[in-house]
Amino acid sequence: MTAVQVWQFFLSGLTTGGTYALIALGFSLVYNATGVINFAQGEFVMLGGMITAAAMAAWGLPLWLAALVAVAITTIVGLVLDRAAIRPARHSSPVVLVIITVGASIFIRGLASIIWGPDERPLPAFSGDTPIVILGATITPQSLWVLGATLVTALIMWAVFEYTIVGKAMRACAINPPAAQLCGIELSRMVSWSFALAAAIGAIAGIVLAPVTMAQYNVGAMLGLKGFCAAILGGLGNGLGSILGGLVLGVLEALGAGLISSQYKDAIAFIVLIAMLLIRPSGILGREGSDD
Amino acid sequence: MRTLLKHRVLLLFAALAAVAVLAGCPTQEPEDQPGIDPTPPTQQPSGEPIKIGGIFDLSGPASALGQPEAETAEMLQEQINAEGGIDGRPIEILIRDTKGDEVEGLTVTRELIEKENVVAIVGPSRSGTTMAIIEMIETSEIPLISCAAARAITDPVKKWVFNTPQSDEDAVARIFEYCNANGIAKVAAITASDGFGIEGLKQMEKLAPASKIEIVAKEEFSDTDKDMTAQLTKIKNSGAAAMVCWGIGPSPSLAAKQANELHLGMPVIMSHGVANRRFIEGAGAGAEGVILPAGKLLVANQLPDDDPRKELLLQYASAFEEKYGKSADTFGGHAWDAIMLVVNAVKTGGAEPAQIRDAIENTTDFHGIGGTFNFSAERHYGLSPDAFVMITIKNGEWTLLEGAADGAAAEDGGPTG
Amino acid sequence: MSVELAPQSQPNMSDEAALLARRRYMQKLQILALFSFMALLPLVVRNTYYIHVIIFIGLNLILATGLNLLMGYAGQVSLGHAAFFGIGAYTSGILTATYDWNAWLALLAALALTSFVAWLVGRPTLRLKGHHLSMATLGVGIIVAVVLRQWEGMTGGPAGMKTPGISILGFDLNTDLRYYYFVWAWVCLLTVLFANLVESRPGRALRALHDSELAAQILGIDTASFKVRAFVISAAYASIAGSLYAHSSMRFISPTPFAFETSVALLVMVVLGGQGTLWGPVVGAVSITFIQEFLRPWAQYDIVVYGLILMVLMIVMPGGLSRALGRLWEIVSGRVRARRARGRGGAER
Repeated sequence: MTAVQVWQFFLSGLTTGGTYALIALGFSLVYNATGVINFAQGEFVMLGGMITAAAMAAWGLPLWLAALVAVAITTIVGLVLDRAAIRPARHSSPVVLVIITVGASIFIRGLASIIWGPDERPLPAFSGDTPIVILGATITPQSLWVLGATLVTALIMWAVFEYTIVGKAMRACAINPPAAQLCGIELSRMVSWSFALAAAIGAIAGIVLAPVTMAQYNVGAMLGLKGFCAAILGGLGNGLGSILGGLVLGVLEALGAGLISSQYKDAIAFIVLIAMLLIRPSGILGREGSDD
Repeated sequence: MRTLLKHRVLLLFAALAAVAVLAGCPTQEPEDQPGIDPTPPTQQPSGEPIKIGGIFDLSGPASALGQPEAETAEMLQEQINAEGGIDGRPIEILIRDTKGDEVEGLTVTRELIEKENVVAIVGPSRSGTTMAIIEMIETSEIPLISCAAARAITDPVKKWVFNTPQSDEDAVARIFEYCNANGIAKVAAITASDGFGIEGLKQMEKLAPASKIEIVAKEEFSDTDKDMTAQLTKIKNSGAAAMVCWGIGPSPSLAAKQANELHLGMPVIMSHGVANRRFIEGAGAGAEGVILPAGKLLVANQLPDDDPRKELLLQYASAFEEKYGKSADTFGGHAWDAIMLVVNAVKTGGAEPAQIRDAIENTTDFHGIGGTFNFSAERHYGLSPDAFVMITIKNGEWTLLEGAADGAAAEDGGPTG
Repeated sequence: MSVELAPQSQPNMSDEAALLARRRYMQKLQILALFSFMALLPLVVRNTYYIHVIIFIGLNLILATGLNLLMGYAGQVSLGHAAFFGIGAYTSGILTATYDWNAWLALLAALALTSFVAWLVGRPTLRLKGHHLSMATLGVGIIVAVVLRQWEGMTGGPAGMKTPGISILGFDLNTDLRYYYFVWAWVCLLTVLFANLVESRPGRALRALHDSELAAQILGIDTASFKVRAFVISAAYASIAGSLYAHSSMRFISPTPFAFETSVALLVMVVLGGQGTLWGPVVGAVSITFIQEFLRPWAQYDIVVYGLILMVLMIVMPGGLSRALGRLWEIVSGRVRARRARGRGGAER
């Protein structure tokens, strides 16, 4: 195994990791606002890619417009999910909420397969297929798009939480919901915001990833679960942790696949998850001593 | 109070039992002896449908195969019934989704045989599912015509099992022939970890020594793999002169696409498992120059006019395109062959499972989409090796490779057919 | 302890005792009724396919009963219970098919292996507060699913493997009907075991733990060790179901039934039926198996309907179907009104 090969694995791991990071961010947002682990998060990613591909094929929209449509529709799906499924059950036990979000994820997946068929749909790369060679390893322009989208989204999220009223209110709700309500923050509005943002971020991840892996109705489940691992790894509910967790997970996965065994690649994320639970249950950036 | 409660419990169970009796009765009658002796065919009231099971991967990783197969089945059912069915009886093809899963395949097979009393089954789409249900087919004594390619399905011969696609053995032979002709001595194999991929690798390992070809790398991917950098990087450094990829569904297109992105620097050869437009769309620029063995359907319009099956192929292709708005592919062709073989068998032999089986086994010189079929008691795989032509992808279109047409002409033994 | 005591005439303590005794008596009666019903059912249901479906209801019932012990009594959730089902099935399958073991010995070996894995996962995670067991089991579930698919040399990979049958003292259980009685005998045994377990001292300790962990700790119950035991037992139930699955008339196992979707379906069975009740798993296993069976001919439309059903059921009846039915029964029988008229009698829920 040469250094160039390791470098190649690292680069491709970073690309996948960027996607995991965005999905993990979605998990953390919803978790902070509601305490719910939204297993339908992966379906937002699927919707992002599928709607973009379908809108381009069916209506002949240009890529940027199709992407915009995809983000808008996915955001609405996120809001509907909150209103129709999560809110009526918000006082139920965690396991009931897990089943509801998994049910929602199965439902969305099924609907997608009926609307768009089970075929995988390719999406053209945003700026060509010509690979770029960096120190002997190749990276596609699309990978740079994935990393760029991760970075930009992370920065926007940071700005939203740091500088806007909504962002500050959401943070307040996450830290102490009753106190936030006493300050006049409407909790249910904040929950809606968090679902909307989580869905939009998921859709963005799906759109930039689709040219790499193709969009298909069933890609959401595994991506969602790995994003969840990334969220736990970074510290559930911690934004920066989610980004870091995603990137670390992506790289570990690529290195594990390249250096140890490509067959067990899908297990690597979950081995990391269990190891993390045993060593440091609060995650890389989670507060030490916090329970969950 | 207590006795009252007890009564209530007893009453409840009495009610439950009554419901069960009521629910059980109507279903019980037609299904007393599953499979062997279905009641309808003996007296033949006109309009009594002939039930044929169709089990395909409508969803899951092999939906690229299952979809056109199920669509072809639907199309044929309409066509045949519009022409008055078989001897005045309509055919009914009960389609089930095997979901790319062997256990689901087994379950729907049982359901079709024991609950629906089908007289024959076409499908499944994949070799793995076919291998899984063979035992049940043999014990239920219902004829099965599989749409999957693995040589192991019909070798050794099983009494009730047939298949229509060109076998993986013939495909490998054809590929190695191509390699020999083009001076390729070292190949890297990258195969799916499903039934089709595993059987494909076995055939490569079996045939390589005779063709003086060395397999210098063996890599695998699962159908959930989205990133094959790891496997392809190893192949790139293996010293192979060509990469042979064996799989179905989206994974091989990702392999071709990423091979291109990684500057693999060697020709990519695929199996006949990707003979579908979705492969070209999925692989994008990576599809250019990919070489594969496939049935003639994909290049039907490029065949010489004296090819005896050209008209049939074009007919099927245009009917399919008209109905579904997409181009026909060889997988739909496998289903066409399987269903028409059953229909043909019912016409000549009768509608009992045993009669259908015997009639299929005695079918010779049957012109289908995949080639010309000749079955016998020793041979439940009806095609010959020259049913394949070598195809390459040029400007996003299937293109007949130079020189491959010779094999095509030989296939049907001249114009007499 | 006598059942004959008239409840009204007694002071509170023995009132409770009488109630408890009556409940046990009723439970035994109910179990007896269910199993006589199941014993007679094949007289009515003749079609082998339906027999096969009811065999699967039995397997699901064993799985759900085990999970019910963990969820309804120890208050913990496993998101990867299908993994233990899978370890059981594959250990039995591999040992019998590849190494020619006796099926009963293989079943025991599977039981030991599954319990050990559960102990390994449960011991560290259950000492922590919160939902760490859920996350760890989610991980274990997927790792096991990946290993079953990828370890081709051993498991046959996604293409699956053929498995031999099982026999009792030379009597071959090779027809669906024989297997039906075999599986339901197991269901009977494991249900009775479960009923006794939850009424025993450890069982009551578990229930105390479910109601208030702190209170249980104050009472001197080593809560962590009880939780670990409950988890290991629930995994053992899954392992037995797995071994029985491996030798069923399908004679075949492949990885898909042991994936995340099954783990969720099991959760639904327990929650839908009503956690912490004897009858919950029965209601859950029967309804979910029937729903899945009913949706089969819908080809690819089934998952939309299935997802929708899951959501709606959980939103409408988060307490479970048996609780909702029970409430309905109370209302219908006028018991609520009668009791209210009597002026707030027992505190039975």
